[in-house]
Amino acid sequence: MELAIVKYNAGNIQSVLYALERIGATAVVTDDHEQLRKADKVIFPGVGEASSAMRYLQQHGLDTVLKDLQQPVLGICLGMQLMCAYSEENNTPCLRIFEEKVKHFESVTTAEGPLKIPQIGWNNIWSLKTDLFKGVPENSFTYFVHGYYAALGEHTIATTTYGHSYSSALHRGNFYGVQFHPEKSAAVGETILGNFLKL
Amino acid sequence: MLCKRIIPCLDIKDGRTVKGTNFVDLRDAGDPVELGALYAKEGADELVFLDITATVEKRKTLRELVNKISHHINIPFTVGGGISSVEDVSALLQNGADKISVNTAAFKNPALINELSKEFGSQCVVLAIDTRKEDDGEWYVYLNGGRVKTDIRCIDWAKQAVDLGAGEILLTSMNHDGTKAGFAIDITRELATTLPVPVIASGGGGTKEHFVEVFETGKADAALAASIFHFKEISIPELKGYLQERKIHIRPV
Repeated sequence: MELAIVKYNAGNIQSVLYALERIGATAVVTDDHEQLRKADKVIFPGVGEASSAMRYLQQHGLDTVLKDLQQPVLGICLGMQLMCAYSEENNTPCLRIFEEKVKHFESVTTAEGPLKIPQIGWNNIWSLKTDLFKGVPENSFTYFVHGYYAALGEHTIATTTYGHSYSSALHRGNFYGVQFHPEKSAAVGETILGNFLKL
Repeated sequence: MLCKRIIPCLDIKDGRTVKGTNFVDLRDAGDPVELGALYAKEGADELVFLDITATVEKRKTLRELVNKISHHINIPFTVGGGISSVEDVSALLQNGADKISVNTAAFKNPALINELSKEFGSQCVVLAIDTRKEDDGEWYVYLNGGRVKTDIRCIDWAKQAVDLGAGEILLTSMNHDGTKAGFAIDITRELATTLPVPVIASGGGGTKEHFVEVFETGKADAALAASIFHFKEISIPELKGYLQERKIHIRPV
């Protein structure tokens, strides 16, 4: 199986590559259009800022390539957010694969003090749908690092609460996106990555 | 609901874990990768690797080590120790580190925090502060591993650093570090309830009850400890089991 990881100006790509290696999969990191189109599966990871990432994708023609992919695609963290319609992060129009919008967590005061932004740490995921979460128990914990979130919508396949509930995973056709980092989410994350490889 | 985090810290010198460990089930207790992997398996939520190597070879060995760690460990990890430039950080992140921590270099050149957060995002910039409570009742910032006192109050530096883009504060109380008499609850609470970023409490954790206290009263987002884990005085599953009984929200092992 040909597995491709999208190469662009975002961090954390190596971590995904190493996580795949740990579950026995090899991948190529590439921005070559043809290589991405002919891969059996594509992973679109990323930690970074939305507008500079979108600009990079457009400059390299990757925006159209990504939208037109027919095989299973998994967006991770910023990758998932870029697959949404729009991000409040520097008012960035995104790929609109998912109709959901990406918003900034509002600073609210809780009983514990101010809601910390970005959310950093382990939180639970529930209302799990699709085979991406096969064998993953409801309320499993995964690792999150993000200051922006995708709202709940028709494409939501996992929900998490931080201040309020939001989409911790999205799905439409051959496209999947997760807000958390499966590559850093211990055994649960490895199950999810393994499930994606079997889709 | 977001969990409170338990973070073992490994001190590294010349690529090896120092301070010693008494893990009988490790082939090599000095190998930070093997020890880190064991903690990850036992249920640690993150790991911190602090490099205390003083040689010129440091940069290269640290990068190689980080690369090896990221190949073997399936939870997030932070790397710190002598990091002072965008280039240092870039190389560590490219080798698979999730976050980096800065301390003295950031105090001497606060613009570094701004540069790092702009380049890599606040989420990967951890500001480490070593602080000591003086006779006047105030907590002051110390530099160079606690050897140099400054006249700046901990809370003031922490606020400034967050404004500059620090995404997390790793707070070590020098009064408590190594005592196993409990964490510094007052300063932890002051930072955790004032700052809009997570606070990791460090120094003094000696019993399971100390962790309850630092989470419940100190409002810490995470607690870091070294020797109690290295010397198996408290294991991570045992600690997490106790925290669960005491209704602290943690990720179950």
